[in-house]
Amino acid sequence: MHDHDDHSHHDHSHDPITSEAEDSLFAAREVAIRTLLIEKGIFSADELRHRVELMEGRSPALGAKVVARAWIDGAYKARLLADAETAVQELGLETMHTSKIVAVENTDDTHNVIVCTLCSCYPIAILGRPPAWYKSLAYRSRVVANPRPVLEEFGLSLPNDVAVRVHDSTADIRYLVIPQRPEGTENLSEVELAGLVTRDSMIGVALAQSL
Amino acid sequence: MIENTKFQIGDLVRVRVNHTSGHCRTPQFVQGKTGEVVAVFGQFPNPEQRAYGSNGLPHQILYQVCFDQTDLWVNYSGPEQDTLRIDLFEHWLESVSTKHEV
Repeated sequence: MHDHDDHSHHDHSHDPITSEAEDSLFAAREVAIRTLLIEKGIFSADELRHRVELMEGRSPALGAKVVARAWIDGAYKARLLADAETAVQELGLETMHTSKIVAVENTDDTHNVIVCTLCSCYPIAILGRPPAWYKSLAYRSRVVANPRPVLEEFGLSLPNDVAVRVHDSTADIRYLVIPQRPEGTENLSEVELAGLVTRDSMIGVALAQSL
Repeated sequence: MIENTKFQIGDLVRVRVNHTSGHCRTPQFVQGKTGEVVAVFGQFPNPEQRAYGSNGLPHQILYQVCFDQTDLWVNYSGPEQDTLRIDLFEHWLESVSTKHEV
């Protein structure tokens, strides 16, 4: 009988699992700084753990909730476009005090797409952590200069009469794209609508999911 | 309404070239280019100070400036209505009266 717990006899094709990441210079520095901050009483280990837990608990579902509300409630959409920070908080969601959320709306004439050419600025408060490609040099350097071919690679082909508006998030503003509401969704509930609002549609590299 | 701003929505501005040394949040590809102010976001800590451990004071006014993609990139492949909007701090911007003023 084959023993599934006995890895030494497994026919493994992947690389061995090592602790390389944990042993890196940056990881060692993080441990040193963290230990010092806790020793000095700036925060406790439990407070830090709680912040990490909160950060990792955020997901694009929060942003989808905001977009779905904007789709069904024109007055809310107007407030969201005028002052996104307050409109997001109105739904009981937490924002960051170090940056400011701004919402931009896709229309029949204009398609918005977000990038941070200098690093990886992203509306973490309502979308969670950014995808790996958003932080890649390839996306950051290419989408500013050649947005249409890059969007094509994501599977989004836009006609020339739709203006592409790239937002380079270089400072303290975090952009949220409000994608267009898909056709034929008049009878959907707010929760069902939120299910159509994908992460990528709120970055602007895709449309909201159609039915 | 945000007070004491040097520029208003609709103003044409040119981005200074190599205005500061060290860390800055003004990419090379807009330096020397002319665009239009489309939003005034208000006061924010100066990242050029914060990058070196300071508190970022005095605050700088942050604007959103819109550029035509065809002005930013040689042989831009898309249509002429494509634009790039970028967030820039006031000390990097100077007034111009026309788009092609030298």
